[in-house]
Amino acid sequence: MRKDLTQRVVIIAIITVIAIYVVFGPHHRPTWRDFTLAGIRQNLAENIHLGLDLRGGSHLVMQVKTEEYLKRLTENTAIGVQNAAKDAGIGVRQVRPEVNGDDYRVVLELEDASKASDARSQIERKVDLNGWTASVSGNTVTWTLTAAAKRTLSDQAVEQALRIIESRINLLGVTEPTLQRHGAPESHQILLQMPGVQDPERIKAILVGESRLELMHVISPPNPSPVQTYATKEEAIQALGGTVPSNRQVLPYTEREEPTATGEKRAQRWVIVETPAIIDGSELRNAEAVSRTGRSDDYQVAFTLKPSGAEKFARWTGANINQYLAVVLNGEVKSIAYIKSQISDAGEISGRFTKQSAEDLALTLRSGALPAPLVYLEERTVGPSLGADSIRAGITASVIGLLLVVLVMIVYYRGSGVNAVVALLLNIVLTMAALILFGATLTLPGIAGIILGIGMAVDSNVLIFERIREELRTGKTVASAIEQGFARAFVTIIDTHVTTIVSSLFLFVFGTGPIRGFAVTLILGLAANLFTAVYVSRTIFIWLLNRSGGRLQTLSI
Amino acid sequence: MIQLFKDVNIDWLGKRRIFITASVVLMLAGLISAIARQAVPGGTDAFNLGVDFKGGSVITVKFKQRPSAEVIRAALDRAGVHEAVIQPVTDKQDEVLIKLPQMGSAGGSEATPEHAQVDIGRVRVAEALKTLGPEAGPEIVGTEAVGPIAGRALRNQAVAVTLLALVGILVYIAMRFEWTYGAAAVIAVFHDVLVTLGFFSIFQWEISLTVIAALLTLVGFSVNDTIVVFDRIRENLRLHRRESLYKITNDSINQTLSRTVITSGLVFLSVLALVLFGGEVLRGFSLALFIGIIVGTYSSIAVASPIMVWWQQRLEAHRSSAPESDARPQTAGAARHSRSIGRS
Repeated sequence: MRKDLTQRVVIIAIITVIAIYVVFGPHHRPTWRDFTLAGIRQNLAENIHLGLDLRGGSHLVMQVKTEEYLKRLTENTAIGVQNAAKDAGIGVRQVRPEVNGDDYRVVLELEDASKASDARSQIERKVDLNGWTASVSGNTVTWTLTAAAKRTLSDQAVEQALRIIESRINLLGVTEPTLQRHGAPESHQILLQMPGVQDPERIKAILVGESRLELMHVISPPNPSPVQTYATKEEAIQALGGTVPSNRQVLPYTEREEPTATGEKRAQRWVIVETPAIIDGSELRNAEAVSRTGRSDDYQVAFTLKPSGAEKFARWTGANINQYLAVVLNGEVKSIAYIKSQISDAGEISGRFTKQSAEDLALTLRSGALPAPLVYLEERTVGPSLGADSIRAGITASVIGLLLVVLVMIVYYRGSGVNAVVALLLNIVLTMAALILFGATLTLPGIAGIILGIGMAVDSNVLIFERIREELRTGKTVASAIEQGFARAFVTIIDTHVTTIVSSLFLFVFGTGPIRGFAVTLILGLAANLFTAVYVSRTIFIWLLNRSGGRLQTLSI
Repeated sequence: MIQLFKDVNIDWLGKRRIFITASVVLMLAGLISAIARQAVPGGTDAFNLGVDFKGGSVITVKFKQRPSAEVIRAALDRAGVHEAVIQPVTDKQDEVLIKLPQMGSAGGSEATPEHAQVDIGRVRVAEALKTLGPEAGPEIVGTEAVGPIAGRALRNQAVAVTLLALVGILVYIAMRFEWTYGAAAVIAVFHDVLVTLGFFSIFQWEISLTVIAALLTLVGFSVNDTIVVFDRIRENLRLHRRESLYKITNDSINQTLSRTVITSGLVFLSVLALVLFGGEVLRGFSLALFIGIIVGTYSSIAVASPIMVWWQQRLEAHRSSAPESDARPQTAGAARHSRSIGRS
């Protein structure tokens, strides 16, 4: 019995000291300051990772519009198929991309039905059609994107978006951001948490900036005649003969408009451009905001191209002197100029930007184009004062609740009540220590989990004590009543705890955000409880028995 | 020693009709409130769902000198924000919540992407607040904006995950006891959640994500309470093989009564502290727990136990009706029953 007690006390002492150090001690090389009251407070604040709801900051959930990505992919593949057919000398009536709900198809109509399967194999040799299944009927060949390919491609788009967002927030200098996939993989959501950020408007605008830069050839009579524009989209389509072929696009063109202005819009014109683009954003090497006039509202974005892009660009501009070239940003023509002489690696986006908007655009261009547009699904911003208020209210309420519990326990169970209170306090420290060791964050729902955990800790003690009282009433000795009380109550405690842990595990595995935060603290609290309410509390009783030499006549319970 | 109950001998199961009637009335009240509110056109919805589940924005503004709701509304109107709900924060004199409904269609069409809708509302509110002048000193201290798709996803996920957790509970209790016990416990938990939600519908308290956390907490408490009673029943069945399940259940409830009252009383005290001092953010959470603790404690005794006894007796009657049709089903049932669950 004595040896057993020593062993128990040593185990409890070690765990308690470690837990107290984890919660209150410094996680760096200790100094004298760490053992003053102020130092301990600071350590506590540093050790516990508070969630954004308590600490203040911005929480953004965005979704990658992967269907847009697949649509563009289908359009580009259609162009590829058309070019391959032309190169192979196949008589083509029409190539068109078809997007119908969740179906992505490239349809090739041939002039000669007998050549269909021949055309198919010839084209598949030239164009990468991995992930597409082909079907031939009559004079048409249809390539359909498979479900597996859709999944993989969407997933890649989300991953790429994640990388680009990461580089943008790094360029912005956001501290301690959390960036991760959110929800089910097929929901294509991304979660970004930025502690301390209170006004996320600018960051939000930068993140969704698609920055799809393209340099495109404008279909127009060459300089010196002015560039051919149209008043309406319909007029432009009419000029193309009623339908837009897959190697042409009609784009809006707003002359010298500030991209951030929402008010008065200048007259919008339309132009016809050739697809695919001569150069796209992937060929960019650098971009920066420059001011030619020095006025604060007259900035441009100057960009330079990578060697491979520069070479392509030089070849094209050399061969197309006096043709018109459009700088297209996110499907909108920003500026049009004619080619005076061969250009190799530098260009400019003009549009009378402000300094800030030009710098933001340059930043997004540098970080690369998003594969698909982003939309915000959720935005939560908590100011630090609001978070502090929540903490204060939560702590006040918890402390008052705890004091009431302690009071009732001691009044009702007297000496044994003190035993329960010791176990309860140790439980709270252990739960916090476990929370810190697992690197979990404490959120408001997490506090709810702690409250339930404390409730169940009290319940365990009540179960045990009531059981001991019952055993005492049947006339058992104190020692055997304690023995029996713990043994009987233990079965119940295991059942209640395992049930709750099982259900919390479901919440932890399948839940997100707040539900998960609740489950984590609850599981940790219950695990700590099995130790404190059963093992620690028992040890205190054993110590009481030992002190009286095993002849304890009455128990304060 | 202070003792709450000494040798109580209450016939709990004998009052089952009263209990079940009370439970059904409570659940029906909630249901009628929900259906009536849903059915009346132009009225309130079945539940007052927060932005978390419905979509929309809530902007928390702190003032140096809080203007009246009318003044704020007039300023918002001038800025073109017409559908705002202005709600003063009850426990903080200087704060106001401005709630904006989701604008536009739920689909988030191409022309008006959702993020823009949410942003415009917020930017306009910020501009409108500036017109109130420096003496008001408005400062936006918090914003929440949830798109309708995310709101629906959050709601579905909360429900699905809770149901999964309940299945987990059912399976575990079925393993440790018998599946009738598991089913009775889960039915009791359903009852608790429905009654609590009923209160939320009747009083139109707002349901946010923290309320879901509270509902999960009350599920935990309720199951905990039920298991304590069931555990005692299992133990007593083994000790007193000749007793009927009816009597054993009554005895078990009585034996655990002081524990039930003390534990629930203590938790109730803590929750009361939360309701009184927990502040506005925790309000929904505290209220849900406040109701939930009472209902959860009640349901372990008044719902879970009667259902389990009724079900178990039916099963036993069914099993024993073939060989010996006039045997007393309760006693015979309890005896067989005790052997079948002597597994702990």
